[in-house]
Amino acid sequence: MLSANLSAIFYLISGVLFILALRGLSSPETSRQGNFFGILGMIIAITVTFLSIGNFSTGFVAILIFLLIGGLIGAYIAYKIPMTAMPELVAGFHSLVGLAAVFVAIAAFLNPDAFNLGSPGNIKLGSLIEMSIGAAVGAITFSGSIIAFLKLQGIMSGSPITFRGQHLLNALILISIIVITYLLCSTQSSNLFWVLLIISFLIGFLLIIPIGGADMPVVISMLNSYSGWAAAGIGFTLENTALIITGALVGSSGAILSYIMCKGMNRSFFNVILGGFGATEQSTSSQNKEQKPVKSGNADDAAFLMKNASSVIIVPGYGMAVAQAQHALREMVDTLKKNDIKVSYAIHPVAGRMPGHMNVLLAEANVPYDEVFELEEINNDFANADVAFVIGANDVTNPVAKTDPQSPIYGMPVLDVEKCKSVLFVKRSLSPGYAGIDNDLFYKENTLMLFADAKKMTEDITKNL
Amino acid sequence: MEIDPFIFRLSIFILSIFIGYYVVWSVTPSLHTPLMSVTNAISSVIIVGAIIAGLAGDSDDIFNTSSIFGFLAISLAAINIFGGFLVTQRMLAMYKKKKKDK
Repeated sequence: MLSANLSAIFYLISGVLFILALRGLSSPETSRQGNFFGILGMIIAITVTFLSIGNFSTGFVAILIFLLIGGLIGAYIAYKIPMTAMPELVAGFHSLVGLAAVFVAIAAFLNPDAFNLGSPGNIKLGSLIEMSIGAAVGAITFSGSIIAFLKLQGIMSGSPITFRGQHLLNALILISIIVITYLLCSTQSSNLFWVLLIISFLIGFLLIIPIGGADMPVVISMLNSYSGWAAAGIGFTLENTALIITGALVGSSGAILSYIMCKGMNRSFFNVILGGFGATEQSTSSQNKEQKPVKSGNADDAAFLMKNASSVIIVPGYGMAVAQAQHALREMVDTLKKNDIKVSYAIHPVAGRMPGHMNVLLAEANVPYDEVFELEEINNDFANADVAFVIGANDVTNPVAKTDPQSPIYGMPVLDVEKCKSVLFVKRSLSPGYAGIDNDLFYKENTLMLFADAKKMTEDITKNL
Repeated sequence: MEIDPFIFRLSIFILSIFIGYYVVWSVTPSLHTPLMSVTNAISSVIIVGAIIAGLAGDSDDIFNTSSIFGFLAISLAAINIFGGFLVTQRMLAMYKKKKKDK
């Protein structure tokens, strides 16, 4: 059996390894090594836990069986999941962390002796507070992530669900969570513990339903952060350094990603969380602009334009993911490169349904990551490029964000696509994007609309090149 | 007067938030998706608590209410640990540099 001090040191080591795992992600070259550090940290933490309890009886075998079942399911999912489904997968994984935190809190509440927290009905006050926080945040993470998962998967409509008195109801529930936690700590009543869990599940559900599909990058990052805070809460209960460090890392990581996503949309965090975006503005903007002329073309025209270009910038968006067009796109680019045309990719921070979504899809299609650029890196290059090829993106290219202070997306950083000599816009129809506003780019002199499925259009262009 | 050990844990917690802040800002935006999947995997170190709960059952009755929750949590966390690290590995393996053969 490992002494408490020695195991604490090992937990610290695994915490440090987790920090290094995140550090590795600062560049693709070091990232694989970083992931290895993460795995090593996890192995150390699990092994040390077994050794410090030192009980290798029947319970140990049962644990290995449950570990193996979970491990096999996890490995199977990891190998089978298509890259386009990453947002759903991550949302699903968040829900599991949340539920695991809830279960651990329940186990600790029912059997506090095992965790050195006192006895049932007489749990140490500090531990009980930490446990309640961990359980409540875990429950919110669980039900919130389930809703996010259902919305991303398309099982539930991506449009915001709002009703009267929604914010008041949410506020009341949040207050009651605090009151119940207080009562729970003063009475130690197990009934209150269950009530706390149930209303926490409920609030997680209510918090996410009013948030629309395209705000999912913020939601996923936020739930990522919650899952970290839940883990940290449990870490305090268990007095476990590895868990406290990890919880803090994950919590701040998710918070930073939420911040980056909100900034990418020029919206405050509360504006996103309070939800309902897109549902209200739609009626005002889309009416009076219908009559404007639009130039539309076919694959042949597009191929002609690109063949005569010397540099092309590609702007992918969520539509590319939906149409699974990334491989067809890469093939088109390969053909362009054979003709000595310079090609680069421009990625808006909120393109897709989660942070970095487009980068993963392009990487999957074997696009070298040094041809892919962020908004700030590439925005000045549009003025010098011959063709911008917008595939599945819309709002993130809308010049209205720079010109019209009345627009709901005014102030949002956008890609300066309109500065290109010509713009090719692959889209299925003229319908407005998620923000519900018309894109001026459609009617510009130098824009050619290509109305088709993104994948099919890209393949056709390649044939014509 | 002695300092409550809670204060030490709180210190670790606060300092780790700062470490997280600086480390995550240095993550390149193109790796934000792997960042999310790997943070998912490491937050499942919560399995440590699940194992303690699972092993707390008596030897003749390993399945009491508390340990059952522990066992379930072990499976959930294990899905995440294996799923999270493996899918991160899969993604990272796809990030390649331009071939230098030109």
